[in-house]
Amino acid sequence: MHFPVASSPHLQGGNAIRSVMGQVLLALVPGTAALWWYFGWGVLINITLACVAAVAAEWVTLKLRKRDPWPAVSDLSAVVTAWLLALALPPLLPWWQTVLGSVFAIVLVKQLFGGIGYNPFNPAMAAYAFLLISFPADMTHWLQPSVLSGETLPLQQTLQAIFQGTAVLGAQWDAISGATPLDHMRTELSRNLMISEIRQSPVWGDFGGLGWEWVGNWFLLGGLFLIWRGVISWRIPVSMLAALLLVAGMFWAVDPETHPFPAFHLFSGAAILGAFFIATDPVSASTTPRGQLIYGALIGALVFVIRTWGGYPDAVAFAVLLMNMAAPTIDHYTQPRVFGAEGKGNG
Amino acid sequence: MPEYPKPAWDFHGGLHIDDHKSESLATPLREAGIPTSLTLPLQQHIGQAAEPVVQVGDEVLKGQLIARASDYVSANLHAPTSGRVVEIAERPIAHPSGLSAQCIVLESDGQDRWGELPEPIENYREADPADLRERLRWAGIVGLGGAVFPTSVKTNTTGRVIDTLILNAAECEPYITCDDRLMRDHPGDVIDGALILQHIVSAGQVLIGIEQNKPEAIAALQAEIDARGLNEMRLVVVPTKYPSGGEKQLIYLLTGIEVPSRGLPLEVGILCQNVATTAAIADAVLRGRPLISRIVTLTGEGVTQPGNLRVAIGTSIRDLVNEMGGYTAQAQRLIMGGPMMGFALGSDELPVVKGSNCFIAASREEIPDPVSASPCIRCGECVKVCPAQLLPQQLYWFARSRDFDKTQDHHLFDCIECGCCAYVCPAHIPLVQYYRFAKTEIWASERERAKADHARRRHEFHEARLKRLEEERQARLRKKKEVLRKKPASGGDPKKAAIDAAMKRVAAKKAAQRPPEQSQGPEQAPEQEKEA
Repeated sequence: MHFPVASSPHLQGGNAIRSVMGQVLLALVPGTAALWWYFGWGVLINITLACVAAVAAEWVTLKLRKRDPWPAVSDLSAVVTAWLLALALPPLLPWWQTVLGSVFAIVLVKQLFGGIGYNPFNPAMAAYAFLLISFPADMTHWLQPSVLSGETLPLQQTLQAIFQGTAVLGAQWDAISGATPLDHMRTELSRNLMISEIRQSPVWGDFGGLGWEWVGNWFLLGGLFLIWRGVISWRIPVSMLAALLLVAGMFWAVDPETHPFPAFHLFSGAAILGAFFIATDPVSASTTPRGQLIYGALIGALVFVIRTWGGYPDAVAFAVLLMNMAAPTIDHYTQPRVFGAEGKGNG
Repeated sequence: MPEYPKPAWDFHGGLHIDDHKSESLATPLREAGIPTSLTLPLQQHIGQAAEPVVQVGDEVLKGQLIARASDYVSANLHAPTSGRVVEIAERPIAHPSGLSAQCIVLESDGQDRWGELPEPIENYREADPADLRERLRWAGIVGLGGAVFPTSVKTNTTGRVIDTLILNAAECEPYITCDDRLMRDHPGDVIDGALILQHIVSAGQVLIGIEQNKPEAIAALQAEIDARGLNEMRLVVVPTKYPSGGEKQLIYLLTGIEVPSRGLPLEVGILCQNVATTAAIADAVLRGRPLISRIVTLTGEGVTQPGNLRVAIGTSIRDLVNEMGGYTAQAQRLIMGGPMMGFALGSDELPVVKGSNCFIAASREEIPDPVSASPCIRCGECVKVCPAQLLPQQLYWFARSRDFDKTQDHHLFDCIECGCCAYVCPAHIPLVQYYRFAKTEIWASERERAKADHARRRHEFHEARLKRLEEERQARLRKKKEVLRKKPASGGDPKKAAIDAAMKRVAAKKAAQRPPEQSQGPEQAPEQEKEA
């Protein structure tokens, strides 16, 4: 009797990229729901637009590359990329900018480098940076959280604003829109206000931007789920947040009137989302255990540096992109000690 | 399942896989019948192939030497039954690449008559370890856990002190139960063999490492140890985790000692042997019997009655399956060894060899067809499970891009090919295949380099020799010229003198024999150069 042959091992544990990506999407649900709660329908419309554009772009690119599109599209990685990008976009961003960003992420940052596994940069963050540089005004004009403006934009008006421009909202637009807490802090500090004065503003909650702080908490919940499931390691998020807190804490301790309190850095922008969902993108991050600690810590430190002295208030994207470039070098110098090699044991 | 105290050490990574051991343990050990034809490969061990000492047509008896070790690292081969040598030729063997090799084909006479055997060494404690090693060498014993390294060579400790002898009873791969069966049914042989080994290498203590999923075997061995009052022998139960039976992993679990990277256990005073090997040692020393049979697990949903059999080496897998009721309709794949490190066989018309511990006739549910691989996303799952603490994702990247220097920087040769990385890979990349590829490429290029070095040295030596000869010739010429230049001063033309001398010799010859015709050999000019 004859049998087919294959190389060992002959067993497979049943893990699949699709299930990894599926769990990431599941972990994004609580934070996404919180964003929707505070910022309305625009959040979900952005996600839908970005996902459709990303999957379509991936399908077309793979067809042009003469590859079977189904395995790549069905691994859900394009959906994760699009979803993360959409979460970082202002809720009423014109629809074509969302689509453009999503296509940019998939075609230029991912597929042109060879598709999944080959992109040196985080596609969502590269696309975010691209949009921020190209359309700075639209990209920094956020909605106020509903707890602050006291109203949520109904679905129909949201759709109109996204597809026809925010001008259709008229005066209402000014009432409900505003700077992000990070932007607010930055502008006020540049006006030489003291932190204690800035904190008087109603945009602040208990430990971060009002509303924003709770979004951060829900993303934290999703992140902990991913660590519990073993989808991501604790190293990058913990080292990133610890470094951010440490550096921010040092400056705050020296001069609490010109440097915001450390919790502000954690709960006012994308720090939590970035730590658990963006910096942990395995393809573009460092892959050695020690390297991940260094990689995460440097992102945390860079976030503080860019927020404090940089040109943009939104620092996570740039910090991650900069460290993407450093990842191969970090990996090279942080090989773990091999079993039986000289040096200390594996205790 | 009883609880056992956790060992103090645990190796990094590893897997908890369904062990599928109960299927083949439901039935007692069976004796397989002697087939009519046996195929005995000359190389069933690491090292040089054995040399046949019989010829086609010879009648042989059971246990008779039919091929002898051709080198220090080689092993004897004995007739598993009595019969006639019908062929010595290339036959397909169980090999990952489906190769053929020289085999002795024996036709059994059905009588199973023993030949003359050496005297048993009952009182081995009084025996010289060298004599005992010689007995193991005669018996053709090799590591039966799968490595098939000649045991007489492994036990030659070349003056190093062995503190600890470790018996590998972990049997950590799923499906395989031949060692479990052996320990349950013949714990005495296992312990006897261990004591003989302990005497050979004069080890201070013996540790037996066994996974906790074998309570019956643990009880049987413990009872044997207690009954004999062996204080220097201790059974250590380790958690069930693949690959706890890897030599370096087991040593670490039992002693906390890490065998140096690319080094041998010998360097840290440890010798590790599989329990089936020690049972074979007991057979050779206490009964004077060579290694001509072994216990084999035959299991999987593809075989009608899974179980363990004692099988004569050289029996074909087909005969074995027939002993166990034949294939079921689900039989889709045939694996020799375990599902993690064993290799797939393309056919069942291959002989059982000394290293065959298990055959799995697997259904498609048990061993699915390989799926196509996606690109690596560097998720690091492989890093978490690698017992050698390597970076499999980086090794894959370098092996794939043929950057073999980098693979060695990343310790490719510490990879034990256990397959944990490929098991957990979400991209379904056959990682181990890449590492084997890189290793063989590096070995091939090292061989090439050695060959090129040899050729270059030969060439350089040749050039140097030509140069030396040329210099010597020049020196001789110079000397002669100097002599010539000096000669005229002392008077007389050397050429003329030579001609005169020749003329004189000719005249003398003529005068001496005065022949009818003049015969004369070609005269050699005295200046003629001679070169070696």
